[in-house]
Formats: sequence, structure tokens, C-alpha cells
Amino acid sequence: MFDFLGSVLKNVISKPATRMYPYETREAMDKARGALGEIEIEKCIFCGICATKCPSIAIKVDKAERSWEFNRLKCIVCNVCVEVCPVKCLHMDKAHLGPLLAVEKTKRNGPPKPAPAAKAAESTN
Amino acid sequence: MIKTTIPFGPQHPVLPEPLHLKLVMEDEKIVEAIPAIGYVHRGLEKLAEVKDFHQNVFLVERICGICSVQHAMAYVQGIETMMNIEIPDRAKYLRVIWAELHRIHSHLLWLGLFADAFGFEALFMQCWRDREKVMDIMEATSGARVVVSVNVVGGTKRDISSEHLAEIIRVVDQVKEDMKNMENAFLNDYTVKHRTVGVGHLTKEQAYSLGAVGPMARASGVAQDLRTLGYAAYNDLCFDMVVETAGDCWARTAVRLKEVYECVRLIKAAIDKLPKGDFAVPVKGNPTGEVISRVEQPRGEVLYYIKGNGTKNLDRLRVRTPTFANIPTLLVMLPGSQLADVPVLLLTIDPCISCTER
Repeated sequence: MFDFLGSVLKNVISKPATRMYPYETREAMDKARGALGEIEIEKCIFCGICATKCPSIAIKVDKAERSWEFNRLKCIVCNVCVEVCPVKCLHMDKAHLGPLLAVEKTKRNGPPKPAPAAKAAESTN
Repeated sequence: MIKTTIPFGPQHPVLPEPLHLKLVMEDEKIVEAIPAIGYVHRGLEKLAEVKDFHQNVFLVERICGICSVQHAMAYVQGIETMMNIEIPDRAKYLRVIWAELHRIHSHLLWLGLFADAFGFEALFMQCWRDREKVMDIMEATSGARVVVSVNVVGGTKRDISSEHLAEIIRVVDQVKEDMKNMENAFLNDYTVKHRTVGVGHLTKEQAYSLGAVGPMARASGVAQDLRTLGYAAYNDLCFDMVVETAGDCWARTAVRLKEVYECVRLIKAAIDKLPKGDFAVPVKGNPTGEVISRVEQPRGEVLYYIKGNGTKNLDRLRVRTPTFANIPTLLVMLPGSQLADVPVLLLTIDPCISCTER
């Protein structure tokens, strides 16, 4: 009946097992999948593989418009987009996403594509 | 005597998920129990026909958080059988390590909730504190605490480094040590035994004929555990089944508690024998044909029926989860018992309603 007494006494003298969250937060683990980080849009080639592979349809890529759109609240943080990106322009942040007040879509437009004429001139030079 | 019907759930302090029971009572005694489910149906099986078969891994993981590794394992093993993919040995061992870590955290969660159901809140805290150590090691190795997303068709997504393997051994040893301290409180405490011994008795014949699975069946003496089939790396790890014969709430607690020790042993054996090499193979083509894949979850046997048609989408994905198989046992255990015993009885089947309704 008094088997648990030892544990109780140990708990009385030891530090609390919990943290005073949110005033005190734990450092995220090194490999943690917290939230999808900001895209390095200048590297992006708008191939759309991330959008095709995304299991929750959180990413939209428009090749013609050169835009990359991401719905944070649809994202299930599975890391697939980061793994499949051929130019490695996506990365995962360690920290978790904080509370949001509204649906927030991130839309990023890439720098305009150099005109074909300019490109051709560049290559001939 | 006048019969009264008392609704139990879907919202009840003892239930983490919505399960509704109509209890037909005579005074304080239950005469009949009528279960009703359907509060958290999400149509995941239909969604699985729309997504491609690689994406479905993430979908089936989300059928249930607490046994996400085993859901994904059952699915990917089924697809691998259909596509004749031989995964690397290291991946098999890694899957076992993560699956057993998951089983430890699920059993600790249940033991804590069970302690809370019979009113021992200090024990609840103790269990969940230990569970937190397992969750931390899962975050360190896989990147997430609950839905670890490590299984993919063809192997695993990540490897575990040698430092993390050492850390896993340290954590599971610590959990085992702490469980030894708690074991007496769960199994031998005078007051706790009053709530568990002889309550909700289920005979071996009843368990067998009602199709009980997992710890429910094993606590009634039905020696049935799918890990004996030797999927993944279980064949090489000399798995030892935990079976009790009493068939009451005490036996179910004992089975789950002793399974934690078995998990610790399996994890250490898997780490000890972990082969070197690749942890995933590239997958080409699409699955075709049909397959039944079975895996032992913390709650019992989960069955996946998968039908492929040679395209990236599946024709059908059907899941039978352990809680669905265990609910009929409630209809035998509840009649004749006292209303005050319902929370304890209900928890001993370890209900996972998200799994059941998908």
C-alpha cells in the first residue's frame, strides 16, 4: 500500500517535470520538423514537383506567372516537398508554428524570367 | 424493476474520444449496453482512392496518432508485397525500433489514463512523465513527437545515428526502471486491486468467439500476437509473447505493463543486431493486384486490404482496426457490472475511436 511513498517523496524534493510554457520553451530538437521555412524564391525553377507530391495540396505553383503559393494551415509538415525539391530551395524550420489569427497564405513571386532574346544574345556572346 | 437508460458519452471525462454507450440500468446495475459510433468519421478510406499510393502513407498515419507507425507499417508492407520490393535489412530493424517506441508510448498513455480512471492521479502523472521521455526521443530521431512519418514504400525516410541509438538505450532503460517502481502500484496495491481484480471478466472462449484482439485477447489467455508472424525484423529478435489468464481488468493492465518490458527488450535487441547499409530502396512502377497486410498495433491486430490497379491510385483501401474488433467484448463485460465500474471497464479495451471510424 505504501509502495508509492518513495516516488511521492522523490517528487516532493525533485524539480517539477513540467515547464512554465509559454514563458519557458524547450529548444526544438536538431532534426525536428517544426514548420516549412521561407522559400528561397530566387533559386526556385517553378517545376511544381513540390505541389504534385504534397499530400495535403498545400502548395500551388504557377509556372507561367512564376509564383509559388503556400497555405500554412493545410501543411502537415511531412517534409516531402523539402526532399523532392531538385534545387533545394525549400527547408524545414525547427521551431513549431505559433498560433495564427487568420488563414495566412504565403505567395512568393520569382524574379521575372530573362527574355528569350536577351538570353539568346547572352549565349551568342 | 423499472429500467432506466443512461447515456454514457460521447462527451465524458474518462473518454478521450467520442464513443456513445446507451446503458440500460436496473438500479445501479447494467442490464444491457448499446454502443453507438460515428461521431468522428472522416472518410479517409475514400480519400485514399484519390491520393497517389506514396501520399497515402501520410494519410494512413493520420488515421490514429498513437499508433501511426504501425498504420504506416501495415500499409507500406502491403504495398511492398504487391510490388515485390525487398527492403534493406536496416530498414526492417529501424521500423521495429520506431514501432516498439510507439508501443511503449501508447501503453504508457493507456496506463496513465487508466490510473486516472480509477482515481490515482499521482500514478497518471508518473506514467505520462515517462511517456514524455519516449516522445522526446522520437522527436530527436524522426523529427516529430507523434506522427513520426518515418515509413515510406521501400524502406524508411531517415536513419538513426549511433548517438541517438545510445540515447534510445539510455531512455528505454530509464523507462524500464521507472516502470518497475510503478508496477507494484498497478498490480499489487490494495485499493487499486479493488477496482481491477475480477472486474469485467472475459473468458478465453468469449474472447475467442467475439474476435477480441491484442492485449484484450492475451489477458484472457488467447495467445495471439501478430509479431509472432515475424514481419519486419521480429523473426530475428526472439519475440516473447505476454499472456495472462485471469481475463479481468487486472490481467489487461498486467499484459500492457509487461509488454512495455518486452518492448524495451526488443528495442535493445534490435539496436544490438542493427545491420549496416542502406535504409531505403528506390521504388519504380505502380502496385497491382490485391493484398491483405496485418500488423500488431498497441491495441491489437490491424488489417489492411489494399487493391491496386496498376495506376498510381488504389482501387480500394480497407482498414479494420483493433478497437472495432474489441467493442463487442464490451457488450459481454458491461451487463451485470456496476455503473461506477463503467469508466474502468471501458478504458480496458483501450478505445481508439479515430481508428475505428477513420
